[in-house]
Amino acid sequence: MEPIKTIRSRTAVLPLANIDTDQIIPARFLRSTSREGFGKHLFSEWRYDESGAPRADFVLNRPEAKGCTVLVAGRNFGCGSSREHAPWALTDYGFRAVISTEFADIFRNNSLKNSLVPVLVDEATSAWLLANPGAEVTVDVETATLALPTGKRITFPIEPFARYCLVNGVDELGFLQSKAADISAYESRRPV
Amino acid sequence: MNAQPKTMLEKVWEQHEVVPESSETPAVLYIDLHLTHEVTTPQAFTVLRERGLRVRRPDLTLATMDHSTPTRTEQVFGGAPITIESAAKQIHELEKNCAEFGIELLGLQSELRGIVHVIGPELGLTQPGKTIVCGDSHTSTHGAFGALAFGIGSTEVGLVFATQCLLQRKPRTLAVNVKGTLRPGVTAKDLILAIIGTLGVSGGTGYVIEYRGEAIRALDMDERMTICNMSIEAGARAGMVAPDETTFAYLKSTPRAPKGEAWDRAVARWKQLVTDPGARFDREIEIDASSLEPMITYGTNPGMVIPITGSVPASGDKAFDKSLAYMGFEAGAAIRDKPVNVVFIGSCTNARLSDLRDAAGVMRGRKVASGVQMLVVPGSQQVKKAAEAEGLDLVFKDAGAEWRESGCSMCLGMNGDLVGAGQYSVSTSNRNFEGRQGIGARTLLASPLTAAATAVRGRVTDPRELLAG
Repeated sequence: MEPIKTIRSRTAVLPLANIDTDQIIPARFLRSTSREGFGKHLFSEWRYDESGAPRADFVLNRPEAKGCTVLVAGRNFGCGSSREHAPWALTDYGFRAVISTEFADIFRNNSLKNSLVPVLVDEATSAWLLANPGAEVTVDVETATLALPTGKRITFPIEPFARYCLVNGVDELGFLQSKAADISAYESRRPV
Repeated sequence: MNAQPKTMLEKVWEQHEVVPESSETPAVLYIDLHLTHEVTTPQAFTVLRERGLRVRRPDLTLATMDHSTPTRTEQVFGGAPITIESAAKQIHELEKNCAEFGIELLGLQSELRGIVHVIGPELGLTQPGKTIVCGDSHTSTHGAFGALAFGIGSTEVGLVFATQCLLQRKPRTLAVNVKGTLRPGVTAKDLILAIIGTLGVSGGTGYVIEYRGEAIRALDMDERMTICNMSIEAGARAGMVAPDETTFAYLKSTPRAPKGEAWDRAVARWKQLVTDPGARFDREIEIDASSLEPMITYGTNPGMVIPITGSVPASGDKAFDKSLAYMGFEAGAAIRDKPVNVVFIGSCTNARLSDLRDAAGVMRGRKVASGVQMLVVPGSQQVKKAAEAEGLDLVFKDAGAEWRESGCSMCLGMNGDLVGAGQYSVSTSNRNFEGRQGIGARTLLASPLTAAATAVRGRVTDPRELLAG
């Protein structure tokens, strides 16, 4: 996993609640056996018209969204399926953080395993971000703070072990493997 | 010392802690059953290969194929190639991976194949008190047996392959207390849609739901699975129902449940799992089953749901308005009598034998309305066989519906079973998200009774109108 300590970017804003995983990456693109190449299908239905041409009015197709690595969205982002293809699509496209007032549990878990930072903020911060697309923000993962161009700094909750993994670029597998003796001991006392 | 009353979740959790959680690290939680399928495993097998790892407990792992698989008999059993090349590749890849890593695979032509959440219970592998995971969010289904069952991503699939464990923080507990009795024509599907309507699509986020109360106790196992299946649509990764005699009676005749003395010991253990009197939940809500009507969705998430006799509510919310525009509905309008193009009976929510019986009960001696396509896709090959033994297939075929091989099919359209752009589909599945059943498809979620009644009339129909006669 790629270590991720600080993200500084202008924001791209999708001001909708309940953006589900079928919007992030539609199911027909899941017939792949690789974890690469999903970025071009990110938000496919909203991003392209029937002929496959980019829809000019979709936020990610506007020139000012180019290069943005922080996405701001309405509450309950990533609801629905367990498909890890959702964070794969977001990171392959270039996003490094998503800011919302609420994340679906499985999506948040999957994001943390893919160097995509879910930044959970209060209603007021969210309202300001939704109203100010393109704002230059800084996400500091080590201190779990989001800095706004107004000078305001907001602390966001992040599970401490997940933060350790993000900052150091390590995954959970090594940690679980280090518990091999405990796992074997558990297996020997486990009811059938 | 043992005076502290515990919830069922707490008991199952504690029994699976390899290492308890601390402020620095989540718990190491042992997994009793890992169900796998063709879509969310290939990347996990790649990680095993890259790191030179084996599957730690192939004996606790089962694979099947359901998401990308064809439902046309000739594509499943030979005579015609699988039309989607990428789907065929995924199926082939799973065969190869299971052979290489020693995992039992209920493959394309196995008589035990089916939707992963239908076959686990059917085989008796789903049992009370187990921890069960699968790379699929509807793993919550298995909680109907008093298991702690939740969906995981592909990275976590790899972790379970390699270590049989996951790193998890203990979720909060939410009790959904359902009193009263469901009225005729009102089903478990209507109940769970009403619960999601009450909680909202994120009301359960961070929680494990325990469904409790007399209305839940009165449900059979198929119905309890329908309830737990859609827990995730309220944001809860898992839903649970306490095991009881209904649970034990279901499991007793299943092929892979414990037998003989092992069965007696298991039942004694399972009876200890129920939530202690006086145990505290982090949150509780009450629902009265007696007041419910058949429910139907009108929007693009399962929380946008109304009684079938109701009308579409109004809201100033941007996402809500976008959703109504997508559906072609207006605030204040009735959903009943809306013409439909497609009716789908299937999915891990509602494709078990009792669901097919419900639908066939409405269809018997009737025809699918002209211009409507009706697809009936059993949840497993065993369900299909049992339904055919009762002649349900003939009821559907005589009515003009298509009777297919098992799989996820039109629930998410990965296998090419799709609803056309702009078309209305009344579906017994679990998600009405934009484009879920096909680009531009408009999905209305409902029970098998409502779906069948709608197929007969060609427009959204309250099933009680047809049941009464």
